[in-house]
Amino acid sequence: MQHNNFYTFRFIAIITFVASLLLALASTQLKELQEFNVELDKKKNILKCIGKDLTLMNADAIIKEYESIISNIIINSNGDIAANIASENLESVPNKSTGEVKYFLNNIEYLPAYKSSNPEAFIIPISGKGLWSTLFGYFALEMDLNTVIGITFYKHGETPGLGGEVEKKWFQNNFVGKKIFNQTGELVSIKVVKGKVNDVYSGEALNHGVDGISGATVTSRGVSDFLKRDLLKYEQYLKNNRMN
Amino acid sequence: MDTKSKSIISDPMVDNNPITKQVLGICSALAVTVKMEQAVVMSLALTFVLVCSNVIISLLRKGIPAKIRIIVQLTVIASLVILTDQILKAYLYDISKQLSVFVGLIITNCIIMGRAEAFAMQNNYKDAMYDGLGNAIGYGSVLIIVATFRELLGSGTLFNYSIMPASIYLENGGWYVNNGLMLLAPGAFIILGLIIWVQRTYTHYIED
Repeated sequence: MQHNNFYTFRFIAIITFVASLLLALASTQLKELQEFNVELDKKKNILKCIGKDLTLMNADAIIKEYESIISNIIINSNGDIAANIASENLESVPNKSTGEVKYFLNNIEYLPAYKSSNPEAFIIPISGKGLWSTLFGYFALEMDLNTVIGITFYKHGETPGLGGEVEKKWFQNNFVGKKIFNQTGELVSIKVVKGKVNDVYSGEALNHGVDGISGATVTSRGVSDFLKRDLLKYEQYLKNNRMN
Repeated sequence: MDTKSKSIISDPMVDNNPITKQVLGICSALAVTVKMEQAVVMSLALTFVLVCSNVIISLLRKGIPAKIRIIVQLTVIASLVILTDQILKAYLYDISKQLSVFVGLIITNCIIMGRAEAFAMQNNYKDAMYDGLGNAIGYGSVLIIVATFRELLGSGTLFNYSIMPASIYLENGGWYVNNGLMLLAPGAFIILGLIIWVQRTYTHYIED
């Protein structure tokens, strides 16, 4: 069927208008629910990283559990707690190339963290580059600020079955009980080794390494690197408050 | 329902299956078939988009200027896909996280553009709806068959419920290890190939 140009323009204008109206409507209507889901997912992951089993809990129960045991703390660059600053006022600035997220208020950098009362834990957000994507997660320490309680990843775009294994229990469970400080008190973090940690390390060093993911060398290296980088940001606080 | 409508629905399920016969939509058939849950949600999302796009384009077909028909089709399809993605993010967040970019990539799924251009542009909205439904079921059933094998052999589960008895696994003193190949794209290719082989043996179809 032939139509003149005016008809063509009018037709496409109406189609695009209707389509964009519909999408704008859907987007605004669903925004609240979507943001709620994102927040809920973060809360879930904070709870998971201190070892809570959430499989049988609904959204309300998770939020209640979270609010009863988790509290926000903000740490300044000297490693002290900045009690006068509310976590929701911090502005997060992600670095696209390294995947690092920094938090600012009035151009001063702060470090957000979480405390849990049951079990007692200190939790920090971690993020960084893997192979294809930025990974986001949480890392929890016992109150000695040395022993690992758990690690989780709530967002990543790594290959399922390879780098995507970071979200699996077997990988995350390997971190439990490891130490981030060595015997001389240096923050060495935990390294994801290539292969099995028992083949690579021996003795005390076993405390600072976990099994790698076969077929995901770059993701493994990425996790080692950004975990250490993020932990080093909190080094001052960890050292000040550490129980030996 | 008359015989014509019935054949419009049933034809793409087996004889003209978009994946096994026309070999369209392979990309998502590989990507989202690691787990049953993902495959089912992906099939439902595609069903929604395909049926709606076929109906809308069929209703508009007499008004769509021939010169820009592909653009109009894409506008309709893309809007429906974004809508689907938004709804999944709002109501099925965990699954939409796993499907990640693949919901958005429904836009580029050849089945949808193919059906819009080949069928909906020439037929009334009722037939277009049946055609969309038939193709979506044809696509979905292949996805689910592939996902059944991949999840069972690759993870030992179905819908995340353990099927393989724990005692036979190597780490518990047994002999069995999950087949890691099934988690990767080549595993899907092999299963898809086997399905096509079985189907073509049965229907005696030979590629020209």
